[in-house]
Amino acid sequence: MKIAIIDFDIGNVRSILSAFENQGANVCLTNDKNEILESNGVILPGVGAFSHGMDSLNKYGLIEVIKEYTESNRPFMGICLGMQMLFEEGDEFGKTKGLGLIPGRVVKLPTKDSQNEKLPHVSWNELNSKDIQWSGTVLEGVKEASDMYFVHSYVAEPDNTYILSTTEYSSYNFCSSVKLGNIYGCQFHPEKSGKNGLKIVKNFIRMCENE
Amino acid sequence: MNKIRVIARVDVKNEFVIKGIHLEGLRKVGNPNEMALDYYNNEIDEIIFMDAVAAYYDRNSLSELIRKACVNVFIPITVGGGIRTIDDIKNTLKSGADKVAINTKAVQDPDFISQSKKIFGSQCIVSSIEAKAIGGGKWEVYTDNGREPTGKDVIEWAKYVEELGAGEILLTSIDKEGTKKGFDVELYQSVASIVSIPIIASGGMGKSDDAVQLIKRANVDAIAIASVLHYKLESIQKIKDTLVRNQIKVRL
Repeated sequence: MKIAIIDFDIGNVRSILSAFENQGANVCLTNDKNEILESNGVILPGVGAFSHGMDSLNKYGLIEVIKEYTESNRPFMGICLGMQMLFEEGDEFGKTKGLGLIPGRVVKLPTKDSQNEKLPHVSWNELNSKDIQWSGTVLEGVKEASDMYFVHSYVAEPDNTYILSTTEYSSYNFCSSVKLGNIYGCQFHPEKSGKNGLKIVKNFIRMCENE
Repeated sequence: MNKIRVIARVDVKNEFVIKGIHLEGLRKVGNPNEMALDYYNNEIDEIIFMDAVAAYYDRNSLSELIRKACVNVFIPITVGGGIRTIDDIKNTLKSGADKVAINTKAVQDPDFISQSKKIFGSQCIVSSIEAKAIGGGKWEVYTDNGREPTGKDVIEWAKYVEELGAGEILLTSIDKEGTKKGFDVELYQSVASIVSIPIIASGGMGKSDDAVQLIKRANVDAIAIASVLHYKLESIQKIKDTLVRNQIKVRL
């Protein structure tokens, strides 16, 4: 069993690597096409700007590799910018085409109370399920209203069908995690969210083991 | 109100955690990795590692420490001290940091903030500001861990770093730092009223009630604590409990 973390010169890859190792996974950091395609699970990390992230994926020739991998329906998870890039288009620094794996766009996080609420949104906030079933997903066993660590200014706006959890910031409920088949995305950082976050890492590893 | 982040500030010199008063007279208080792990296990929300002498000696040396911390500490880590090139930021993030705090270099070359923001995103660029009161509701920006006055006004500078694209401000009161006499509330009120990026208040906390007094009066987003934790004056749990009892939301 092997999980590949995509290395495209962006993001805090080391802490993701450590989190997966800490939870017992055999994990590697790579941008090699074959290594990615042969993995049982793939993580797309990323911090920073949408356009810069897509440029970087493109530079390494990874866009088609990711699309090919996800067609196999094996577990895939994007984290933070890695989640945002799963969508069709992003607004940051001009409109940029995303991977288009999940229908939806990425827009600036709307803040209703601009006097008091700040951007970027940097804080611990709660995951809410509403009526969404978490069992059998990466959020299995995560308690309703668990705190996760967020740091971002943009959010994905998918069709409701794909929303796995929502989170409230500045009286606005945004999509904090997403699921389409075996493709997952977390706007927060599971690798930086203490024990709650490690639970998600563990769930993802289990999913890969069952492949 | 959003949840207030309770952050441990760990100042490091030559592999030891150190603590001074007004950023001076530094004393060794422990091993940075052991202390970080202990704070993580006790539910601290974030850790700031600051190389206390890096800017002074023109170096950046925390990589090994961050690499070790990353193995067992799964919360956000900010690293500051001696960051002066794009490569410094790249290497620090590669070692496992989530954000970098920049002070001296930003003062010398403000454009460095906008450049780094373009590459790494605002969310990982923390503008570290050391403030010293000069009377009349004004503060002067200092660099090099409180050694060098710059002639810049803190409030104007804070507004400017926000425009340049800093994602957060770590605002340290040199006057209060290490004194355990409470935060410089007026400083945080003044800066919070003109910027709309998150502010981390650092310097002066001697008991959890100091944090309550600050948060009730100034719109800060996080408190960075050193002495109280390093000298075990109060536990993280007790600090969070006090905040909650005073209707301040925290991560539990």
